[in-house]
Amino acid sequence: MSIIISDIIDHLAGIQPGSSLDRLRDQRPQARENAQKSYLALFEPEFPGDVTALERYAVATFVAGLHRQPHVTDFYAANLQTLGSPEIAAAIEAEIAQGVTEGPYGRYPPGPLTVEDVVGPDYQVSADHKESLGARLAAGLEHAHLLVFRPRDASPAALQKLLDAGWSTTDIVTLSQLVSFLSFQIRVVAGLRTLAGASSVQTTDAEFTQIFTGVLASGAV
Amino acid sequence: MTETTLSHPGNREPTVFTQEQLGWVPWLEPFPADQLTERHWAGLVDASRAKSPYFLLLARDPDVLQARTKTDKDIFYNTSNGLLRAERELAATATSRSNGCIFCASVHSRFATQYSKRGTDVQRLLDEGVEVDIDSRWNAIIEASVTLTATPLAFGDEQIKALRTAGLDDLEIVDVINGAAFFNWANRLMLSLGEPSPPSET
Repeated sequence: MSIIISDIIDHLAGIQPGSSLDRLRDQRPQARENAQKSYLALFEPEFPGDVTALERYAVATFVAGLHRQPHVTDFYAANLQTLGSPEIAAAIEAEIAQGVTEGPYGRYPPGPLTVEDVVGPDYQVSADHKESLGARLAAGLEHAHLLVFRPRDASPAALQKLLDAGWSTTDIVTLSQLVSFLSFQIRVVAGLRTLAGASSVQTTDAEFTQIFTGVLASGAV
Repeated sequence: MTETTLSHPGNREPTVFTQEQLGWVPWLEPFPADQLTERHWAGLVDASRAKSPYFLLLARDPDVLQARTKTDKDIFYNTSNGLLRAERELAATATSRSNGCIFCASVHSRFATQYSKRGTDVQRLLDEGVEVDIDSRWNAIIEASVTLTATPLAFGDEQIKALRTAGLDDLEIVDVINGAAFFNWANRLMLSLGEPSPPSET
């Protein structure tokens, strides 16, 4: 992307320099700096290993889409598109529509908590898309869905499926970090947006500015 | 190289939420401790973490691990202002209870008890679940954490209002958001890369 974004959470949450939320975030400077470094280590890694940029952005777009967070989804989808694969972008969009559900659900180890077991879908990439995405990326998406919606259903068998599809042990660590980090990033972005919207805290969100400008132009004020 | 998962047929996985000290065993081979490079040590942040199979496994991607750990530390240990440590640990416990991470809940419920001296209330959260009725301030923090944990998120104006009514200012609310959000990161790693083991079998 040609725009240089110095803080991705600020960018996605619409936090402007000097705003109240900017000052609040500055009270946790290490967390702020290292949330950004986590993002860079996952999406612009110095040592990328064997997980490709395409895989990283495809999984990220899928995870953000499953969370139904349009700001975040659009951001990762735009990056996915720049990697030059409209077919994959379209497949991811269709798989998001197939995969959306509500979590967390899943089972506990058999025992007193079994009464709290919640059964939900065991998502599989559609056969058509398995072909266009490839077995490796399809397995990555299926694992991402498990981590997003039913992490307590995780198992060695789920990891074995990744190994069988060509993910190495180290690749699986990177994939797991990527999905888990996004689960954090998306919640910080959505949480801060909610706080800004509910609040005496001042935010200068580009959207608000646009709406306000639109209202002015319409002569309604 | 053929890689495989690790199994622990002898492990008796804990089946209830507890404040006891549990162990954790990995489902994938950790990075070999005798092959750690400078970059791995930087990723581990504290040298003592090289004794943990969990951190050694995550050390396979050391740059992410380093940034993850430093994010974690500032969210939970930077108590120069903002939310009490006990209440940050409460947010971590409620998030872990909601996702179903018995290991994470054990560690952070212990911290919540240590810092709040309210072990009975913390245990009620573990035993009764996230619908527990403790008091308006703890209820608001638990409810905020649980709605932040839902996918899609259910956190909205109502939760912010409850936190404000309970006396939290905006910095404290940011600490709740950060604490719950971070445990949505940590729970997923802990739950999906290995399993807890009973006390004393660490």
